[in-house]
Amino acid sequence: MLLRNTYVNSVKRMPEKSKVRMRELDPSERVNSFEEVALGYTKEEAIAEANRCLQCRHKPCVSGCPVGIDIPGFIKALKEGDIEKSTRILKDANNLPAICGRVCPQEKQCELACVVGKIPGSEPVAIGRLERFVADQNVSLETAVKPSVNKRVAVIGAGPAGLTAAADLAKEGFSVTVFEAFHTAGGVLVYGIPEFRLPKEIVAKEVEFVKSLGVEFRFNQIVGRTIPFEEIKNEYDAVFIGIGAGAPRFMGIPGSNLNNIFSSSEYLTRTNLMKAYLFPRYDTPVKIKDRVAVIGAGNVTMDAARTAKRLGAKEVHVVYRRSEEEMPARIEEYHHAVEEGILFHWLTLPVEYIGDINNNVTGMKCVKMTLGEPDDSGRRRPIQIEGSEFIMEVDMVIEAIGQTPNAILKAGFQAVRLNKWGSIDADQASGKVDEGIYAGGDIVTGSATVIEAMGAGKRSARAIKSYLLRKG
Amino acid sequence: MYAVLSKKRIAPDTYDIWLSHPDIYRYAKPGQFLIIRIDEFGERIPLTIASAEKDRVRVIVKAVGKSTYKLCAMNEGESVSDIVGPLGNPSEIEKLGTVCVVGGGVGIAPLFPVARALKAAGNEVIGILGAANKDHLIMVDEFSPFLDRLYLSTDDGSAGIKGTVTNPLKEVIADYSPVTIWAIGPMVMMKFVSLLASQNDIPCWVSLNPIMVDGTGMCGACRAEVGGVMKFACVHGPEFDGRLVNWDELIKRQYQYREEERLALEKYIREFGEKNA
Ligand SMILES: Cc1cc2nc3c(=O)[nH]c(=O)nc-3n(C[C@H](O)[C@H](O)[C@H](O)COP(=O)(O)OP(=O)(O)OC[C@H]3O[C@@H](n4cnc5c(N)ncnc54)[C@H](O)[C@@H]3O)c2cc1C
Ligand SMILES: Cc1cc2nc3c(=O)[nH]c(=O)nc-3n(C[C@H](O)[C@H](O)[C@H](O)COP(=O)(O)OP(=O)(O)OC[C@H]3O[C@@H](n4cnc5c(N)ncnc54)[C@H](O)[C@@H]3O)c2cc1C
Ligand code: SF4
Ligand code: SF4
Ligand code: FES
Repeated sequence: MLLRNTYVNSVKRMPEKSKVRMRELDPSERVNSFEEVALGYTKEEAIAEANRCLQCRHKPCVSGCPVGIDIPGFIKALKEGDIEKSTRILKDANNLPAICGRVCPQEKQCELACVVGKIPGSEPVAIGRLERFVADQNVSLETAVKPSVNKRVAVIGAGPAGLTAAADLAKEGFSVTVFEAFHTAGGVLVYGIPEFRLPKEIVAKEVEFVKSLGVEFRFNQIVGRTIPFEEIKNEYDAVFIGIGAGAPRFMGIPGSNLNNIFSSSEYLTRTNLMKAYLFPRYDTPVKIKDRVAVIGAGNVTMDAARTAKRLGAKEVHVVYRRSEEEMPARIEEYHHAVEEGILFHWLTLPVEYIGDINNNVTGMKCVKMTLGEPDDSGRRRPIQIEGSEFIMEVDMVIEAIGQTPNAILKAGFQAVRLNKWGSIDADQASGKVDEGIYAGGDIVTGSATVIEAMGAGKRSARAIKSYLLRKG
Repeated sequence: MYAVLSKKRIAPDTYDIWLSHPDIYRYAKPGQFLIIRIDEFGERIPLTIASAEKDRVRVIVKAVGKSTYKLCAMNEGESVSDIVGPLGNPSEIEKLGTVCVVGGGVGIAPLFPVARALKAAGNEVIGILGAANKDHLIMVDEFSPFLDRLYLSTDDGSAGIKGTVTNPLKEVIADYSPVTIWAIGPMVMMKFVSLLASQNDIPCWVSLNPIMVDGTGMCGACRAEVGGVMKFACVHGPEFDGRLVNWDELIKRQYQYREEERLALEKYIREFGEKNA
């Protein structure tokens, strides 16, 4: 009886005040596999949830969505059983709904603005889950691409920003070529976010949709390295740069180059993009150790910690210099991590790594912290407690403390203006950098979210369209 | 897909391979490398660009583990799924006077384009090529036209001077006072050449070959301490002044995946047999 073991929650209608629960793999099962944790709604569940939507005339939820999906519209169509119409409404605004329905921080976006959520004691409509349900029905739409305009646009980077810009421009009839550094499209969706949160099959399907619009992909092309930016600029009528913020940051404490200390980027790239979790069927290995420490407390930290657990670590310790309250990770992901037995050490800062004779890391010298006055970010500043040093025994460390713009950017995109953080200096509304050059996503904003990157891609696509039509 | 155009065995475990590639030749410069992924299951392996011509690129590969075995076992007409390149910064080639290039083992291959370019820039180029034995001493004939003087060394004395490349290098330093040294080969060799260079106050370029994943500055796997600072070999290098490299740390990092590499190779040999002994 696989069903009984696998599903935690039985299929039942929750009171109207709560969202219809989504079934999840049981924690004890899921820590042994990379299967998707959240299992999605059945049709009945989806319709029950859709019925919670009040179809507000002023649609406050829509303004909470960075790409402005007609939320009541797609929910209404779903309620009426017209999945095709529902899909069309979603795809009008969002080329990749199966992805957003899974990874959007809805609680800070559309669902934050939902009227039902404002009723005391009531949860907002589960917009993200409904979006996922509709997208997962896989209705294929015949894609009515407008007659072709004789203009060529180059999109650099096939992450959410680039894919969105490419799809929107192709829908308008432009001829679009995407240059991507890796052998596959998706950006962080394929090399960062793990399989158990976002199955790569889903990403591939959404990319197929973009291809079906006539977008051409050129893989293994690192603009600024393997092909000069100038060449692309000269050859195309407009360029959109969506290359993400892909360089890892290290704490730089003594011992950082010891063996078995990784950036989250390396750890997750090996596991997700190169499929090291299927080693040795796939050739790329990843380290499996007993006591793993993951530094940080963002979404990336949770992903790395939960990945380590699945790969076979006996203990996974998340170490964060502030407290639970300041943790930037989504609460849902934090809960998943806790359920899976990840251990959390708040107000703790590693200051040195210790290694053995072979340079394998064996421990971390840490200090305890306390919280002082708020800093620029509004969060209380952590201060070291004197004399609080202690050693934490670990045999592997993953640093997940953020990403910065890639070094290639500085060397390879000399024509492009950078700001003091090394990001591209682009106009907020249009993404315009220079005549015919646009940029958006993490490379402009620093690490943000999938849907914000898509929103930026969308705005730039609109701006590029009017620029090219104006130019004639 | 990139087809294997030709393959030639040039030492017991080393192959000279030309692959089709539409445009690497337009941009490749000495000192740069590419990354190959053989198939859907493959890992990304960095290899130095030995030469590049219209529509094709040449690599010299030593079979040391699963992926390089697999590559060396491919036949003409078969294809690899991905090639990315050129990557890394080109060598700084200029007219300096008398320079010395030192190559060890399969490191002789990546040294070749550097030596050729140094000669073309008008330098007097002294070459030292070393290997375990005569059979592993590759590309000697190809080097000759670009060298003003050539020293050979082998560990067992089966060709040239017996011992490591540092023996002839001491002589060269004493007799010709080269203004700069280039050394490419196993890490231990580069370490000892760098030490000698340091003692004689001669700048010494080495090409670091740490384990890499993306090769684009995105993961930090290839990091090394150079002059007390953390550098990524793929984007800040691969060439660095060897006198500033923390060799002991880097050499230990190189062995990080030894157990996993052994597993992968054993599985490969079990499945396919040792095609290229
Ligand atoms: C582990 C992890 C988990 C995350 N989880 C979430 C989440 O749950 N929800 C959420 O909303 N956000 C999440 N994020 C953030 C989100 O993924 C990013 O904000 C988003 O992917 C940014 O999109 P982008 O298109 O700007 O860049 P990216 O996704 O980084 O894509 C950039 C693309 O450009 C390519 N590229 C780079 N340089 C070049 C070049 N020179 N030439 C050609 N191609 C190039 C890259 O290979 C890549 O494919 C997460 C991030 C990480 C790292
Ligand atoms: C910039 C650069 C240029 C290179 N150029 C060449 C070249 O022109 N020709 C060539 O034959 N090789 C070259 N290498 C080394 C080559 O990339 C490795 O031999 C290859 O990745 C090993 O893969 P594998 O699966 O066959 O062996 P693995 O199973 O990964 O390793 C087998 C053995 O090789 C060692 N090894 C693993 N990775 C490396 C590495 N990056 N460098 C050295 N030893 C390693 C391991 O410690 C182990 O002992 C270069 C490496 C770099 C970083
Ligand atoms: S895309 Fe994201 S923010 Fe917009 S409706 Fe969907 S889940 Fe909400
Ligand atoms: S605010 Fe909430 S209830 Fe109102 S239309 Fe939007 S989703 Fe429905
Ligand atoms: S190989 Fe990943 S940063 Fe160099």
